[in-house]
Amino acid sequence: MHRDTERHKLFTRRALMLAGGKSVLMAALIGRMYYLQVIEADRYRTLADENRINLRLLAPRRGRIVDRFGLPVADNQQNYRVLLISENTRDTEYTLDVLAQIISISPAERRRTIRGIKRNRSFVPVTIRENLGWQEVSRIEVNAPDLPGIFIDVGQSRSYLYGADTAHVLGYVAAVSAKELTGDPLLELPGFRIGKAGIEKVHDKALRGSSGSSQVEVNAFGRVIRELSRNEGQPGAEVAVTLDLGLQRTISKRLEGKSASVVVIDVRTGDILSMVSTPGYDPNAFNRGLKTAEWKSLTSNPMSPLINKSIAGRYPPASTFKMVVLLAALEKGVITPSTKFFCNGHIELGGSKFHCWKKHGHGTVDAKMAITQSCDVYFYEIAKRTGIDRISAMANRLGLGVKTGIDLPGEKTGLIPTKKWKRGALDLPWHQGETLHAGIGQGYVLATPLQLAVMTAHIANGGISITPRLTKFVNKQVADKKNDPALLQKSLGINKAHMTLVQESMSEVVNNRVIGTAKRSRIKELGMEMAGKTGTAQVRRISKVERDRGVIKNKDLPWKERDHALFVGFAPIHDPRYAIAVVVEHGGAGSSVAAPIAHDVLVAAQRRNSIGTSADTNDKNQRQHSVGINKTIESL
Amino acid sequence: MSRNAFNTPDLTVGQKLLHIHWLFVILLCLTASIGLSMLYSAANGNLDPWASRQFARFCVGIIVMLAIALINIQIWMRYAYLFYLITLGLLVIVEVAGNVGMGAQRWLSFGYFNLQPSELMKISLVLSLARYFHGASIDDVGRPTHLIVPLLMIALPSALVLRQPDLGTTLLLVMASGAIFFTAGVRMWKFGVFFVATIGAMPVGWQFLHEYQKLRVLTFLNPESDPLGSGYHIIQSKIALGSGGVFGKGFMQGTQGHLRFLPEMQTDFIFTMLAEEFGMMGGVGLLALYGLILVYGFAMTLRSRNQFGRLVGAGITTTFFLYVFINIAMVMGLIPVVGVPLPLISYGGTAMMTLLIGFGLLLSVWVHRDIMISRLGSNEV
Repeated sequence: MHRDTERHKLFTRRALMLAGGKSVLMAALIGRMYYLQVIEADRYRTLADENRINLRLLAPRRGRIVDRFGLPVADNQQNYRVLLISENTRDTEYTLDVLAQIISISPAERRRTIRGIKRNRSFVPVTIRENLGWQEVSRIEVNAPDLPGIFIDVGQSRSYLYGADTAHVLGYVAAVSAKELTGDPLLELPGFRIGKAGIEKVHDKALRGSSGSSQVEVNAFGRVIRELSRNEGQPGAEVAVTLDLGLQRTISKRLEGKSASVVVIDVRTGDILSMVSTPGYDPNAFNRGLKTAEWKSLTSNPMSPLINKSIAGRYPPASTFKMVVLLAALEKGVITPSTKFFCNGHIELGGSKFHCWKKHGHGTVDAKMAITQSCDVYFYEIAKRTGIDRISAMANRLGLGVKTGIDLPGEKTGLIPTKKWKRGALDLPWHQGETLHAGIGQGYVLATPLQLAVMTAHIANGGISITPRLTKFVNKQVADKKNDPALLQKSLGINKAHMTLVQESMSEVVNNRVIGTAKRSRIKELGMEMAGKTGTAQVRRISKVERDRGVIKNKDLPWKERDHALFVGFAPIHDPRYAIAVVVEHGGAGSSVAAPIAHDVLVAAQRRNSIGTSADTNDKNQRQHSVGINKTIESL
Repeated sequence: MSRNAFNTPDLTVGQKLLHIHWLFVILLCLTASIGLSMLYSAANGNLDPWASRQFARFCVGIIVMLAIALINIQIWMRYAYLFYLITLGLLVIVEVAGNVGMGAQRWLSFGYFNLQPSELMKISLVLSLARYFHGASIDDVGRPTHLIVPLLMIALPSALVLRQPDLGTTLLLVMASGAIFFTAGVRMWKFGVFFVATIGAMPVGWQFLHEYQKLRVLTFLNPESDPLGSGYHIIQSKIALGSGGVFGKGFMQGTQGHLRFLPEMQTDFIFTMLAEEFGMMGGVGLLALYGLILVYGFAMTLRSRNQFGRLVGAGITTTFFLYVFINIAMVMGLIPVVGVPLPLISYGGTAMMTLLIGFGLLLSVWVHRDIMISRLGSNEV
């Protein structure tokens, strides 16, 4: 008994110690709970929210691109896709079988779908087919009760309504490449497209809009339980370009089969009414993703369809450069409008012969006659007297040899040589013979069709500086107020009388029915008459032997060695509004190839009244007037 | 002594029922009902699949517990060694022919139910150790040679359970036995020697741990090292607990649990769910309830007038405490992840049965508290 009491006491003592130990441990648990749930609570609350809340970006709708009259040229097309959620089907294979009886599903699509289902969790939608036709969509919708787990989803894809006709101006959109990632998560959205060229690239930010977002609660497997909040974002802005879509398409059709460029510009505002470069390419193909073969055929084509020749093609301006030389000579005062030179078919300088295009010469010519007949000897003479640097300065003022500042990426500067340039670039002194070559727009001189159009516009508007532009509005607002051409009336500082002489001379080129080089392309419609200047740019050297034997005809040469055909012009003569530059690569003579194109385009532009909806009342009256004339002509 | 007259083994069943500590039973029911409501929440507001089945098990368990409580403590003492041997035998059978589940060999399948002998061993070991030390005088306890037999009693099942492998149960067996050794009066310094020896054996023991066990320990030491792999459970559990704050997110409003970030929320991590939905208030409240159960268990143990009953009480309450502590400490990231359920709350029948059988014995100790038993086993009254 005694021993047991002692044992009991010992037990009680030990048990109390044990209980004490347990109490300490319990207290430790409470302490830990306090640490986690009170001290660290905020941190863990954030972590819990990070766990359950997913921010999903909503891609904004890309802004449309419309022409100057508001006609859409680039839009977004509803892209209907059929998707499958495997957990909602009773039997995936069976459902696909049923679907295959309603719409066609290729074995490859079927295989990809099955692979997608296996790879993803059962609640993740898997795309079966994209770009469904309307009929297919309605057939699926009608049969929806037999197709559990199948649903139609509408996405947006960029669509260029006139394909190649506007490709070089609008550019295209394509998937974002790794180099273009800026950290903006929008760019990382699968299927997101950004502008890669043309207007799509220039106004990419505005067209893109801003992304919306959707906060969703997800579980540990990523399944969306519910949407917590949604912000729709801002759809992209609409961009209006200065193009007249109808004219653009007419030109594009006219140039079919040629490697050519035509630029039509409003001589008062610098609005580009048309800018066509042929051959073109289908920008929709870039959006879809090019196949290797397609890419190869585009890049290996000698007519380089991917290049916008209007701004990136550099050609010797040939005789279209003669207005520049004449203006420079008149300004320097080395000649007067009535100064005459005698052309016997060539001029000799330092032992070399410089030939006129007319073998036996033009006889005595003054300035107007020289332009009208494009007499080379006259321009050799005045270029020699004026000097290359003065010619270059005049060329720069008129818009050659400098970037025009058009709102398109990839514009080329062309080349207007000076003595300094030659020393710097080639480390050689300037020869006077080179001045003679420059005097007829050959030699080192290079210009883009757009530059030629700007030069012509400057002549047509009497010497008021313009900057060509393609953007009319961004989101219905003038993109850059400071450069709004309607407000800028800066003069180039060229003598008005000289300008008038040049304009009149250019009119003679077309309208002098006896000696004008472009007389066959005269616009006969009253009030629509055009003025212009032909140019035929030689791309190979003609040797003395060949010249003596007779120059080989263009049609007997390989394509690459034929002359470039050029024409610059403006219309109507009485109140110029449209300036044009036409370049047909290896097309032959300017008068027979380029001038007829200019004729057709300027007639079309005036008939369409491409400048149209100007608020200026003068414009309106003029339009009515010209419409009246058109009617008269048609009734004749 | 009038008390003695009441508390003879000859009490009728009705009298014994009156003597059951009903407040204690009510505390158990209260805890279990918290468990049921958590299971209801875990199933997103459904009784199925967990709450209803758990309720049925609890009902069966309570009846078994009361039945055990009514059986004379001397009978339990008489058959203590037999139970131990049978359980040890079952453990050997598991070793040879058990069912493999979750990478470990633990179950014996008996058609309607699966028997986990390692769970049964938690009870049998307490009974047989209690019987052994009941028969040992204070002087005997002081003699190291006298400790060889009880140490073997622990070592055999521990080795078998460790081989399954089930580190959690092994630790529970060893520690609960330690409590019996301690209260039986084994000298303090011997615990010191054992402790030092254990520390010394650790590097050797590490070699014998399974890969997953090593991983658990390493993960515990640095859970962020592999946040989506082995550290995932404990990180998510801490996030759930912490984000619950003081007052919790509300019943059935726990995001971590209901969005399935929390693994095993109906079993081992159910405390996390409770603390997420009811906050620290809920967590401390449950701990207080457990504390009360322990206090009453402790009180019942101290009142026993026989060493066997006292030692059984110490063993059972300590086992219960270890369940609570290991589970909660684990989900709070205080100790490595070991598969120990939260008593009376976690979904699962085996642990609940073990505990209710244990509490049955504890109540039996209480009902028969005034029986005095000689060291050799006969009544001393």
